[in-house]
Amino acid sequence: MSAVYIARAIQVAARSLDGEMMIMSARDSTLFTLNPVATLIWQMADGETPLEEIVRRKVCAEFEVAPDEALRDAESFVNDLAGHGILLVSDEPIMIQEGMR
Amino acid sequence: MAHPAIGQDQQVIIGIGGIPALVRSDSPDFLRMLERRYSGFISAQRRGGFEIDVELVPPAKITDEEEVTVRFAHGKWKIERGDLRAEWEPDRRRGRIVQSANPYSIDTALRIIHSLILASEGGLLVHAASAVRNGRAFIFAGVSGAGKTTISRLATLDAKLLTDEISYVRRGATGYLAYGTPFAGELAEPGENIEAPLGGLYFLEKGPENILEPLSGPEAVRMLLANVLFFANDPELVSMIFESACQLVRDVPVYRLTFFPDQRVWELIG
Repeated sequence: MSAVYIARAIQVAARSLDGEMMIMSARDSTLFTLNPVATLIWQMADGETPLEEIVRRKVCAEFEVAPDEALRDAESFVNDLAGHGILLVSDEPIMIQEGMR
Repeated sequence: MAHPAIGQDQQVIIGIGGIPALVRSDSPDFLRMLERRYSGFISAQRRGGFEIDVELVPPAKITDEEEVTVRFAHGKWKIERGDLRAEWEPDRRRGRIVQSANPYSIDTALRIIHSLILASEGGLLVHAASAVRNGRAFIFAGVSGAGKTTISRLATLDAKLLTDEISYVRRGATGYLAYGTPFAGELAEPGENIEAPLGGLYFLEKGPENILEPLSGPEAVRMLLANVLFFANDPELVSMIFESACQLVRDVPVYRLTFFPDQRVWELIG
């Protein structure tokens, strides 16, 4: 399976409140509250680190979860956010231009 | 600067939320109607406000839009509904409305323009009742039937109603302020044209007894955003509204208020 790269979209409003990450799609106003695992993936979505590596090195290191299960959940979460324009997903590294955020 | 060709009898200043809107029309009858409708909010002060020219046309369908649409293009907000077409230039703080001689079209346009101005400065228009008691303002939000009108009717004699429908919140130098608005709901009465520091935000539910529960930040943001009036899916605007909602719930206590509809509920307010 080829690597999947993820990056936070530009037109997104995000704020951490009481330890929970809230994200609002500026495209369709959908509001998401991320659980701790999803928050970690969101924070690591730099466009350069493959999703599988984020899951293996970060998620599995910080949470008691099996790698395969964690990756399945991560892919589902990523696809959901990508559908709302909150995450960018690519099979190649995603270049984020200076000043885009 | 006043319009050079228009005298004082062809304009009226409607001050809502401390922001005066100078409305011009060549119809004295229309302006007198506005003076009656916004009677508690007619102002002599125009500094820091905006200007609206109203072009009156015969009653007819003006656009094909059934629901109100708000779009930003070429530096202007374009507001359309079947009964009105309006433009708002935020940089020039000027606008124009094409409508028939009725109070409802301009009322809608004013709400939208105020919501756009507020969004740009960290404020919000909230679908909520609000009142001032003991020098502080309290906002009561909720879905239709949750009790906004009921709690407004039950307000104690020492409470002054700001609105039973649309609450107006601005961020000031020392915190949030709530203002009275002429935008009335079921009570069909404008609020008092006063302001006060915002002391609390309550999300209403009717129940068998009075229960006050603090809300977590994320829950408060979710509930607040569900009650904020914003009309455009412009990405920048959505971001500003989101930031405003997050900031407000950090600065102002937010509660879920389950209440039995009698006056004792006001013992929990303030």
